[in-house]
Amino acid sequence: MKFKTILNLVAIAITLGAISIGIGQLSYSWLPPQASVESQLIDNLFSFLVTLGTFIFLGVTGTVMYSILFHRAGRYDLSDGPPIEGNVTLEIVWTAIPFLLVLWIAVYSYQTYMEMSIRHPMEMAHMPMAKAIAPAYAEPMDEAVEPMTNIEVEAKQWAWVFHYPEKNITSTELHLPVDRRAHLILRSLDVIHGFYIPAFRVKQDIIPQKNMDFEFTPIRTGKYRLRDSQYSGTYFAAMQADVVVESKEDYQQWLEEAAKRTPSAAPNEAASEYALREEKSAESAWVTVVPASEPIVNYHP
Amino acid sequence: MTQITPEILTNKTPESPPNPPNWLRYFSFSTDHKVIGIQYTVTAFFFFLVAGIFAMIIRGELITPEADLVDRTVYNALFTMHGTIMLFGWMFPVLAGLANYLVPLMIGARDMAFPRLNAAAFWMVPFFGMMFILSFLVPGGPAQAGWWSYPPVSIQNPSGQWLNGEFLWLLAVALSGVSSIMGAVNIVTTIVRMRCPGMGWFKMPIFVWTVLAAQIIQLFGLPALTAGAIMLLCDLSFGTTFFDPAQGGDPVLFQHFFWFYSHPAVYVMILPVFGIFSEIFPVYARKPLFGYKVVAVSSLIIVALSAVVWVHHMFASGTPDWMRMLFMISTMLISVPTGIKVFAWVATIWGGKLRLDSAMLFALGGLINFVFSGITGIMLSSTPVDIHVNNTYFVVGHFHYVIYGAIVFGLYAAIYHWFPKMTGKMYYEGLGKLHFWLTFIGTSLNFIPMHPLGLMGMPRRVASYDPEFAFWNFIASIGAFILGMSIIPFLVNMVASWLSGPSAPDNPWRAIGLEWLVSSPPDVENFEEIPIVISEPYTYGTSEPLTENMGG
Repeated sequence: MKFKTILNLVAIAITLGAISIGIGQLSYSWLPPQASVESQLIDNLFSFLVTLGTFIFLGVTGTVMYSILFHRAGRYDLSDGPPIEGNVTLEIVWTAIPFLLVLWIAVYSYQTYMEMSIRHPMEMAHMPMAKAIAPAYAEPMDEAVEPMTNIEVEAKQWAWVFHYPEKNITSTELHLPVDRRAHLILRSLDVIHGFYIPAFRVKQDIIPQKNMDFEFTPIRTGKYRLRDSQYSGTYFAAMQADVVVESKEDYQQWLEEAAKRTPSAAPNEAASEYALREEKSAESAWVTVVPASEPIVNYHP
Repeated sequence: MTQITPEILTNKTPESPPNPPNWLRYFSFSTDHKVIGIQYTVTAFFFFLVAGIFAMIIRGELITPEADLVDRTVYNALFTMHGTIMLFGWMFPVLAGLANYLVPLMIGARDMAFPRLNAAAFWMVPFFGMMFILSFLVPGGPAQAGWWSYPPVSIQNPSGQWLNGEFLWLLAVALSGVSSIMGAVNIVTTIVRMRCPGMGWFKMPIFVWTVLAAQIIQLFGLPALTAGAIMLLCDLSFGTTFFDPAQGGDPVLFQHFFWFYSHPAVYVMILPVFGIFSEIFPVYARKPLFGYKVVAVSSLIIVALSAVVWVHHMFASGTPDWMRMLFMISTMLISVPTGIKVFAWVATIWGGKLRLDSAMLFALGGLINFVFSGITGIMLSSTPVDIHVNNTYFVVGHFHYVIYGAIVFGLYAAIYHWFPKMTGKMYYEGLGKLHFWLTFIGTSLNFIPMHPLGLMGMPRRVASYDPEFAFWNFIASIGAFILGMSIIPFLVNMVASWLSGPSAPDNPWRAIGLEWLVSSPPDVENFEEIPIVISEPYTYGTSEPLTENMGG
């Protein structure tokens, strides 16, 4: 290879690298606000994948575009190109480099996963002592001794109900204190639902007849959305709830205030939409599983 | 060396019935692989249009955040049937059609190994396809559980009727599986046993390699899906509880059965398209395929890896850590043999003499789209990222980029490339180019916005969504309508050219391959004299003849 070619290639690689790093940084803005420890870990990994992916995409499509622009046959040119059938060195290089990149991505993903240490029933079932040998959490050490926020989550067609055993209250809005690990027990009464809070980047299918343990750590106060992520039938899209992350004081205050309220029926989109549909006796609709009636809870928005 | 048995096949001719008129052959129980190939393709296009109309209604619903166009039950039925008919009515049949038409011609055979089995497998397609469509008429409407049909949702059966949409759906899926297994047995046997003299494994065109690889997946994968579908049918209609958690069944087990086939199924679809790319780039770049043997073998590596990746669809399903990590790595490894192919195509084009006819445009567009979808695929394989975007529009964007951006583009490329061979007519290049640009713009506008939507946290399969997602959904819907329109110049071109296009020469693209040595369209028996192959398949730039007795 000529010196000039090498220089050109290096210059192109540096330019592509710079663009890729730029897009990789930009990729943080494609995601919701980082409201949990897990979201920071996942976003860093995602940004890394975007950087690498941009470099590969631009490299491959740039080469193809160059061929399209500069290697066209003239209208009356019926000749063939050079009969190059392969190049062993090149083929080894483009097998080895992707292989190494894959290992790199796998190791980085594995590390991120261990740091998140998302819990699920299998692990709990097989390793009752899991707590004792817990992997290093990302939050400070003293967090590990602080009690977790324990909440029982009940999913049904099509409503979310949150039960706080500490004060024995129920709510259709999920309240969480900031900077404290939340421990949820997810239950479903009918079909598989998915517990998904995009701002936390966490998701867990809820298998019926099981108690699914689930943990994460909110770190940013604000109001977020919880969505059902596993298709659950007719009113699947309406199965959403608000998630409020607040300071520990506000959270305690909310708990106490909710405990004073007498339980009442919470508005439920699926139930009210179904009632409306039955009223109109719409003909352009098929029979559906009847939504559960409005949940009776201490607190609802 | 493989020995063929052309005598047996020629001997059959006297007992076959007299040929009906030309057009009527396509509506008969013909055993000619070329007729069956076209029957498959045209039938598949009918289902493509039906499921495409469903897609347009879905995008019409999603153009605004509220569920205001159709009832939610109707929406759920539409997305279920869109996915189902696109896969079982369009994708598998059209690929079976291309393989049927091209494989015997490419390997120098006079027909498939089992012509009657071939016809029987085809005639099941319109049958189960109509079952999908007629299920709109049963009480309670068609299946509404998504094309995954996960229990317990899929077995809730609110109509209470024995003959319900889900019942017909499961029956049709099982029939589709049987039809595909019949096709796979036939194609694998044909490729293994009926190659012409001289055509060793490493003289086979890559398309034949990839079809072989894809059909091997059908043979080991489909039985799992068919068994799963039958067990689910028993749960739905006959009171068993394989997957019912309320009575001791395990709903996650169904997910394993389903994905054990349905992930490899993606490779069943895309491997032949890799073959199409490998056929088309050398012709329109006038260069040999770069690294032919490595490209050929990498198809088989993909087959092996495809069997051990299915759990990556279930990272959020309550799978244990070891499973998540193991399947993450196996999934990522698939990018290595796939990358080899992509680099080989790029190197094939490099320094060539490119001619941007419609087939080449679609192949190039398909390649670029495939690279994009491969990169989002690697992101999805990484468990932590997947936990965020699993079941969101990011996944929908990714697989539509694979299926439409890469596979459908490749299929269009193949149809343009082999249209003169199949019909004996040339198509209109201007309409082909218009079709390409509408398709490319429509694909980009429709499917790129799905990625930011998924990253923002919009779940798939929703009929309504929060207003924060409105902008990208609007763009996607506009893209979908352009994509819907893009089919018009294609259909006009195909129908008009077939009826009254200019006659095609035997080899309009100056391509190398046995199919280009016979007349356009080929005679019923394909080859008057069985060819004897003496060189590798892509000898562009040299003057080596392909065969000993027919030139080329």
